[in-house]
Amino acid sequence: MTDTASLPADWSYRSRATRLAIWTGWLALVALFVWCWQVMTETTIWAFVGDAPRQAADIGGRMVPPEWGYLPELMLPLWDTLNIATLGTLGGVVMAVPVALLAARNTTPSVTILRPIALFIIVASRSINSLIWALLLVTIIGPGLLAGIIAIALRSIGFIGKLFYEAIEETDPKQIEAIQATGAGPAEVLTYGVVPQVMPALWGISVFRWDINIRESTILGLVGAGGIGLKLNASMAVLAWDQVTVILLLILGTVIVSEWISALIRRAII
Amino acid sequence: MLELISLSKTYRTGDAALSDVSLQVPKGQIVGLIGPSGAGKSTLIRCINRLVEPSTGKIELGGVDLVTLGRRDLRKQRRRIGMIFQEYALVERLTVMENVLSGRLGYVPFWRSYLRRFDASDIQRAYQLLDRVGLLDHADKRADALSGGQRQRVGIARALAQDPDLLLVDEPTASLDPKTSRQIMRLLTEICTERDLPAIVNIHDVPLARQFMQRIVGLRAGQIVFDDAPTALTEDALTRIYGAEDWDAMRKGDIDQAEAENDAIRQLAEVGA
Repeated sequence: MTDTASLPADWSYRSRATRLAIWTGWLALVALFVWCWQVMTETTIWAFVGDAPRQAADIGGRMVPPEWGYLPELMLPLWDTLNIATLGTLGGVVMAVPVALLAARNTTPSVTILRPIALFIIVASRSINSLIWALLLVTIIGPGLLAGIIAIALRSIGFIGKLFYEAIEETDPKQIEAIQATGAGPAEVLTYGVVPQVMPALWGISVFRWDINIRESTILGLVGAGGIGLKLNASMAVLAWDQVTVILLLILGTVIVSEWISALIRRAII
Repeated sequence: MLELISLSKTYRTGDAALSDVSLQVPKGQIVGLIGPSGAGKSTLIRCINRLVEPSTGKIELGGVDLVTLGRRDLRKQRRRIGMIFQEYALVERLTVMENVLSGRLGYVPFWRSYLRRFDASDIQRAYQLLDRVGLLDHADKRADALSGGQRQRVGIARALAQDPDLLLVDEPTASLDPKTSRQIMRLLTEICTERDLPAIVNIHDVPLARQFMQRIVGLRAGQIVFDDAPTALTEDALTRIYGAEDWDAMRKGDIDQAEAENDAIRQLAEVGA
């Protein structure tokens, strides 16, 4: 054994060089922040910023009391919004499932050709916001619910497809192997080995996306794709802030209810 | 009859898992495959139904060479080979009945299996098998609601539902306690005797192998180094298979397990299985 006295008595977590590097890193970050702040505020008109509290108080004052009499008129657009979200999600699921099966490494028939195509579809759908999909579709098929539904569906493909193909890749290969060992063909392996394992994931993902789609579909009306957003747009255009309050509260209520429902469903399927 | 003729498997990494293995298993014989981990036991079993593709050699089952088969013909031959897995490999979220019926997937058209509309004869057979393994009351439970021993019995029923000519059994008791292990081994050997079914059983538990196997094949580094009756499995033979070890420690384990064995026999008698 080594003599205790000859062993070092001090030990530090990081070496001198590491400490210096970390310190330099922080310094650089602070410098970057200061520089960015300068670029950012170069064109700010400070008079407006100083005025902000007064402006906010003004709009706030016009927003209360809410114009509750406006509520009945909102029910039909709200129904449209719910339909856009639900039908859009349904369409998204229907299109996303085959894409996910092509994208998952363990189920794709061709890793070199079909998988990259499926992954590209997923990325393309994800990279474009629902609002932009809706803008495009309103110009192509005209304003209305259909544009909204398709916009939601197209945006959902990427989300559902990505999460679902990851769920497929995480399936237990042993269960699948056992089905293969019985002499089952590819279709049977899919329905007996893969599907039972991923059904809870598919339900969970779909309900989650439906929940998101309720929120997204409330704004699609801003670009003419139907639903409650149309009303919001109209009320803001005429500066009817008391109506805007009612719409915002209604959206808030709807989102809370949808979140509650999706939590219920997700708990039921686990 | 199953015949392996100079079977070799080299993995892409360059590991030779099997080299030049030749083996004959006549009808009705239960062969225990023992050896240290990495000796190639699993690879050998998986080469037979080609879950692992053999590199060279021949595998003949009833005169058909399994190695050269195309996909479709391979599926047809896989129906004749039942496989039982270490961790049961049941489809956890399906019911016991669906798991047993999945043994018929190779025989039934897709739409029938998809809609779960199996032939009456298949259904009756599945019930018979569940009765045989003592799980008739559990038919409609989900597989993940069962205990380890029960799951393995479902695994056995699934393999038998295929009406196989050969059973491949991969470490059937590795995830089970000693008592349940013995119940499972007893059930397996009984069933093989009843049906004159040959079986290859991977097993790392030497006392268990000695007790239940009619013949023992020892693998070491991908080669057969022992092939004889269990009584011939002397210390010398074990050293040849496993390398130098303290076998007395294992003997002591034998005594512990003898008690578990007696217990298992008593329990099995009560169940009447």
